Amino acid sequence: MKEKIYLTAGYNTISLGTGRKEFNPKKERPGIEHYISEAGKAVLEQIGGADKVDEVVMSNFNASGYNNQANIPGFAPMIDEKLRFKSATRVEGACGSGGIAMVTSFKFLMSGMSDVIMALGFEVQNSMKAVYGADVLAQAGWAKDRKAGHAHFFPGQFSDRAGVYFEKYGREYARKGFARWYRNAIENARLCPTAQEYHNTTKDLEKAAMREPNPKVFVENLTVLDCSKVSDAASAIAVMTEEGLKRCGVDKKDAVEVVGFGHAEEDITKPPVDPVRLTTTEAAVKKALEMANLTMDDIGTIEAHDCFTVAGILAVETLGLAEPGKGAQFVYEGNTARDGKIPINTTGGLIGWGHPVGATGVHQAVTIWEQLTGKAGDAQIEIKPERPYGMTINMGGDDKSVVCVIYKRAE
Amino acid sequence: MNYDERLSNVSILGAAGKMGRGILLLTANEMAELSLRKENADKVFILNAIDISDKALNGLINYVRVQTRKIAEKKIVLLREIYKDDPTLINNGEIIDAYINRVLQVIRPTKRVEAAYDSNIIFEAVNENPELKVKLFKQIDNNSEKSPWFFTNTSSVPIFYLDKEAELKGRIIGFHFYNPPAIQKLVELIKSDFTLPEIVEFAEQYAKRLRKFVVSSNDFAGFIGNGHFMRDALYGIKEAERLSDELGFPQAILAVNKVTQDFMIRPMGIFQLIDYVGIDVCKYIMSVMNPYLENEDLHSDLLDELFEKKILGGQNSDGSQKDGFFKYEKGRISSVLNPKTGEYVNIADIEDEVNSKLGELPEGHIPWKKIIRIKKRDSVLRPYFTNLNKMDSLGARLAKAYLRNSEAIGKLLVEMNVAKSEKDVNDVMLTGFFHAYGPINDYIDLEEN
Repeated sequence: MKEKIYLTAGYNTISLGTGRKEFNPKKERPGIEHYISEAGKAVLEQIGGADKVDEVVMSNFNASGYNNQANIPGFAPMIDEKLRFKSATRVEGACGSGGIAMVTSFKFLMSGMSDVIMALGFEVQNSMKAVYGADVLAQAGWAKDRKAGHAHFFPGQFSDRAGVYFEKYGREYARKGFARWYRNAIENARLCPTAQEYHNTTKDLEKAAMREPNPKVFVENLTVLDCSKVSDAASAIAVMTEEGLKRCGVDKKDAVEVVGFGHAEEDITKPPVDPVRLTTTEAAVKKALEMANLTMDDIGTIEAHDCFTVAGILAVETLGLAEPGKGAQFVYEGNTARDGKIPINTTGGLIGWGHPVGATGVHQAVTIWEQLTGKAGDAQIEIKPERPYGMTINMGGDDKSVVCVIYKRAE
Repeated sequence: MNYDERLSNVSILGAAGKMGRGILLLTANEMAELSLRKENADKVFILNAIDISDKALNGLINYVRVQTRKIAEKKIVLLREIYKDDPTLINNGEIIDAYINRVLQVIRPTKRVEAAYDSNIIFEAVNENPELKVKLFKQIDNNSEKSPWFFTNTSSVPIFYLDKEAELKGRIIGFHFYNPPAIQKLVELIKSDFTLPEIVEFAEQYAKRLRKFVVSSNDFAGFIGNGHFMRDALYGIKEAERLSDELGFPQAILAVNKVTQDFMIRPMGIFQLIDYVGIDVCKYIMSVMNPYLENEDLHSDLLDELFEKKILGGQNSDGSQKDGFFKYEKGRISSVLNPKTGEYVNIADIEDEVNSKLGELPEGHIPWKKIIRIKKRDSVLRPYFTNLNKMDSLGARLAKAYLRNSEAIGKLLVEMNVAKSEKDVNDVMLTGFFHAYGPINDYIDLEEN
């Protein structure tokens, strides 16, 4: 790292959508303005006001499609009038937008032009029914693949991956792993008041998740419980240099330090190299670990991109936590649960906390910041001194735009 | 003529009515799907929507458009498959729009009954007036060279009667949808002794394609559904009349409505259901059924009086409820009729009094809305009714008597050979009336205690 970079003052709105008691599809809901303001103001308050901020980096996947809104940087000064005439940048990489907002912030800081950046991600997806939302979401894939794709495009893509996994390693075996992944996600979400599944009261989660898929109404190999949620939310966090920490009067114990990151892009016009591998994720993780000079043995907790249970299992294998084909077993045996060998997605991840597309990468950073600084409330896990690092993996499209970041508590 | 050909030209009589428009919606969707099959590429599918009101026909297309969108959204996986060879349709939204257009393309709204002369199938959903039905059937049959098949949505008129009067020689079947047809799963299928077997075969296939649950009823006026409902309603009316001296008339109506809805865990109280169906419709149906009944008088002076006063119930074209035994605001009962004066009493002024007279609901009560979502309901219903059995409040006594009477009606229908089995009676009430349990059950002690 060219310069030390810190994260502090994170904030998540609730993730609104099916599952939350407040959610009523028939009633009007807050728009993007609400989410941007809430998350932005909460961060500014924690760092002593908007005049401390040099610029804003915003991530959003597709407000054009969901909300008829482009020119996103213009929303930064709406948060606080002291942000008027400051610089703001919108980045986009589908579901990986938030991760790209993080690395863009890092690079802007390293350029020396800024010392304090607010990274803010948001998405408001419940503006339309899921069947039309699927069209907007499908733009995260290659447009020319859409015609042949499934009505629910990405569930279709990952159902295909799941199908190959089933064939190679066994359907029942794999689905048991998926079901455990789902259970972990919901159990963790129940500990986090902003999570979309916070109100979930299902008794036997694994049994619910083992229900047979129905390809007539959904996809071949996955049920809706294998999928992340349709969510409205925003997440924001302050990203700063050493200088920035001083300016904002932030105690280092309340911050995490970035020790490595990797951003990898793959050709969107090409199908996956291997349906049971996440090769772009592999590349991004490798870059981050190399930059940090660490191995997976140093990582204490991970925020993984489980847009689908199968993506979670494949991530476990990609990270080398389990051999190819053994990911489902690794998960099934509880190794990724909050009290397991390597807790993953401690506030529910995309399936449990929610997946407000463009916000997800920022939400992951907020969660790791909370866990490493002891601010995770009921969801707090124990960070063991021998594995003090936290990792985020944020994936856009079908393993196309991937960002991995590794953090540790600042000293 | 195969199934597809048979459905290539259909007319619906009374297409803009409450039942007709639902039948139109389902049939138009079925015809559109058939028209999209490769082998039918050259065929023209025509669905005449015939009604007497320009205004109602005007709103009909919009109804079909809105409802078809909902149907299309649900079957998007199938639609993408159907349209897979059309390179211009890529997004779900585009495919759904194309499908809606196809459905609308099939429909031809008209006031001219002559349009039906070219049809292979005539769906009849006009008023429950036997003479009107016979007149229309005769006119169409005499002017048609197609020997059309007649599907009547009558809920009460015997099929053999319509067959004989219109001289159709077995080309008629009872195909009774429940309201609203697009949502209710049940179809009562009624063949007379003369109905042609090929019509029955077609009707079964058509019902299956529409994903309907078929219960065959014997050809006896009122069939199973109204056979139960009309007697059940008459009992409720008589109970209210009986209680009116003691409680006051509006209070008695509200009390019986509450007992049937809350104590008995039904989707609606009996008076709300009469309003929903229509006071005029209930009166008509009773008058159609009554001549066929021995040792029974299925008739209510009270309904006649309200009919005279033009208090009719039923719904406005936007689906809102007209005034009947109750007035409604936003779908909720706001005031209650005093049949003696024709005036309405604000529900707030009598509700507490009625509730305290009826007494508490039995322990373990679960509202209908919740219980209907429980698949294995018996385990919650049984303890609930056991508690009800032990109680002696006015509400509990009325509910027990009502339940006993409802069961007796069910058994009578089997005894009279209207229904082929007790299960058929229960199936009709469960699927056509959305009851949470069949009327024939062992929840309530048969002996009066």
